Amino acid sequence: MISGEAMQKQEFKAPPANGISPAPETRRSEKAKTVPDPLVEVENLSLFYGTKQALRNISMNIPRKKATAFIGPSGCGKSTLLRCFNRLNDLVDGCRIEGNISINRKSIFDPDVDITDLRKRVGMVFQKSNPFPKSIYENVAYGARISGINKKSVLDDLVEKNLKRAALWDEVSDRLNDSAMGLSGGQQQRLCIARAIAVEPDVLLMDEPCSALDPIATAKIEDLITELKENFTIVIVTHNMQQASRVSDYTAFMYIGDIVEFDATEKIFLNPAKKHTEDYVSGKFG
Amino acid sequence: MPRLWKPGDAYIWISGLALMVTLVMIGGLLFLIATKGLGSMWPVDIGHYTLKDGSTYLGQLQSRELVRGASGVKNDSDFRVKLKIGNRDLYGLDFRWIDETDIASIDYPPEAVILERREWGNYHGYLKEIRKNGTVIPGTAPGAFGVFEDLIHDANKIYDEILKIEKGEIGDINYGIEKQRLKLRGLSMRGESNPAKESEIRLKIEEYETRYKISEAELGKLYTELIRNEVVMLSAAGDEKVMPLGKIVLAFRPNDMGFAQKAGFYVERFWGFISDDPREANTEGGIFPAIFGTVLMVLLMSIVVMPFGVIAALYLREYAKQGLMVRIVRICVNNLAGVPSIVFGVFGVGFFLYGIGGIIDSVFFKEALPNPTFGTGGILWASLTLALLTVPVVIVATEEGLASVPRNIREGSLALGATKFETTWKVVIPSALPAMLTGLILAIARATGEVAPLMITGVVKLAPDLPIDGHFPFLHLERKFMHLGFHIYDLGFQSPNAEAAKPMVFMTAFLLILIVIILNITAIIIRNRLRKKYATSAV
Repeated sequence: MISGEAMQKQEFKAPPANGISPAPETRRSEKAKTVPDPLVEVENLSLFYGTKQALRNISMNIPRKKATAFIGPSGCGKSTLLRCFNRLNDLVDGCRIEGNISINRKSIFDPDVDITDLRKRVGMVFQKSNPFPKSIYENVAYGARISGINKKSVLDDLVEKNLKRAALWDEVSDRLNDSAMGLSGGQQQRLCIARAIAVEPDVLLMDEPCSALDPIATAKIEDLITELKENFTIVIVTHNMQQASRVSDYTAFMYIGDIVEFDATEKIFLNPAKKHTEDYVSGKFG
Repeated sequence: MPRLWKPGDAYIWISGLALMVTLVMIGGLLFLIATKGLGSMWPVDIGHYTLKDGSTYLGQLQSRELVRGASGVKNDSDFRVKLKIGNRDLYGLDFRWIDETDIASIDYPPEAVILERREWGNYHGYLKEIRKNGTVIPGTAPGAFGVFEDLIHDANKIYDEILKIEKGEIGDINYGIEKQRLKLRGLSMRGESNPAKESEIRLKIEEYETRYKISEAELGKLYTELIRNEVVMLSAAGDEKVMPLGKIVLAFRPNDMGFAQKAGFYVERFWGFISDDPREANTEGGIFPAIFGTVLMVLLMSIVVMPFGVIAALYLREYAKQGLMVRIVRICVNNLAGVPSIVFGVFGVGFFLYGIGGIIDSVFFKEALPNPTFGTGGILWASLTLALLTVPVVIVATEEGLASVPRNIREGSLALGATKFETTWKVVIPSALPAMLTGLILAIARATGEVAPLMITGVVKLAPDLPIDGHFPFLHLERKFMHLGFHIYDLGFQSPNAEAAKPMVFMTAFLLILIVIILNITAIIIRNRLRKKYATSAV
């Protein structure tokens, strides 16, 4: 059996030893402002889908236990960048990455990095809620089970703890064995969050987690994000400017595969350094 | 006209019409088969027909039709009737067409009897006398028919006992002797001279032979018992016929039965049809071995085809690098579904029977050669041939199921640190299970109705033993078997008495359809359960 991952690993081109490769364009990204205590460090990251370049020489540092938001018009590469952090882009045929990403000062592209291990450390919540066609209980226990934990008492505690952390326990505690498909959209999304944090990741990636939800469900998820950033480093992609300003501590504005500006959220929204950013956050374009 | 086309109403009407025509055709087919088949078992009243030329017949009305005479004039008197007159030993034919104009009179005497016999089909006549243990009971005596029925019942019990001895005890003995004979042959083939062992085997054979003699004596006694009592019948024309009771399966007087009695009789007969072995070159009796063979073959096929089809589809869809090669394979798989089934049959004969079967025989069943064990048609080879025939269906359905599993669910699993295999095994396969079962349903439907490849890979007109019995290893995959589809062909087109077999053809067809429906409904129920459990539509 040939593993798809193994195949994609071959395609993936290891970064040059110096970690810096010449960018096809001379235009430099806004160099990341020094953030305190960075957990994720992105250095000169470029990504190509075939011949098309989706990310252009991006460098940024993402702070530990803070929420960082990526904003920008559709197709600017926010989700692509996000999916680099857990190497989900490896699954895409013809995807090629240059540059480097380090988490806890360890490059995630090192050959000795176990990709499943990386993904356990970097959890992800998707735009469209994607609970597995299993019971609520099994959804939350999924990560533990694939790590080989099958002891019922351990799993019971794990499920309860994480459903509580995802503010879903009160709503589903009496029907843990029902199918997760019977939940409402907002509940499903919170279940996906519970599932992701049950693995105890260092980083939690959220790819427009509220775009398919109504305002009430959105408010619940936003509250949840605010709580979760006590324990997790959160990176969130959003189209919703208010949401970015409400939940995030840092905000990156991206445009056509480039980071235009990256700074504390207040600064981006109240006093952006660049005209382009100001135009976008004030709704003049985008 | 253009105004009619533009809104598309016409298209809707045409498509609706096409659907309706299809439904009517399916409904009509089922209706025809069900009425012709189920109706044939009803005990129709028996009439005593006297014709103008003085001849008389006892017959059951089967059908009535317009005579296409030379005159071409449609007239009330131009009808003719088809009677089932039975008594093949007297008249040569069971059926007779009679012009209605030739009939002088019809009456329905309640004492008219129909006998179902083990040979020569039905007998229609009157009870003249019963010879019981040397005493003679006249047929007109009160309660004579009751005595007759009891005697038939007793005779049937003896007959069952004979069958039990023949199939059970004597079957065991034959099986044992054959085994010892093969052992002996094996010894001499290997060139070993082991007199002690040889004499031991011969001793065992002798033991079996003494057992056989005992059973044979018992059988002889039962056989004389079976024909000790006799019955004398009178035909409509008054000819006498003496019959031993052991030759009669059952006797009934349809004219003397009420509706409830007839209904009871009908149910009994229907059950007999499903549960009995066939008689008289399959034209009478039941079709149990054919039902059993069909279901067992389909089950064996399912067991083989599902893992193969699913694994092949998994590789094609999940693991193989999507490119020219996979495209070619996929086209080949699709084309395979369109290959005529007889081609698969021929392949089965060449590959399974002669190839694999031949090798198995030469390795494991050397002693029995030149008699083939696996090197001839059998239920295993037939099932494997059908599995080959249906594997494309399963692959295509499974692939579609796999393709319809949303990408974000796979990514969700991968993002939690699951490997590709874990994702496939724990998330993708459960989600695609309903589609796999759809493939199985289609495969079952196709396999159950297939006859051509089976005719050359192991189906026979009459199988002496079922593929499952009490001898180790209980499931005998090398045995030939009977199949409903082939049964239909054999009854309808190879039978010496096609007219008599016609109702059986319809009944068998009805049962075949019923089995397909039952197998499908079972699979559909399972699929719906799984669908509910693994519904993938988010929100």
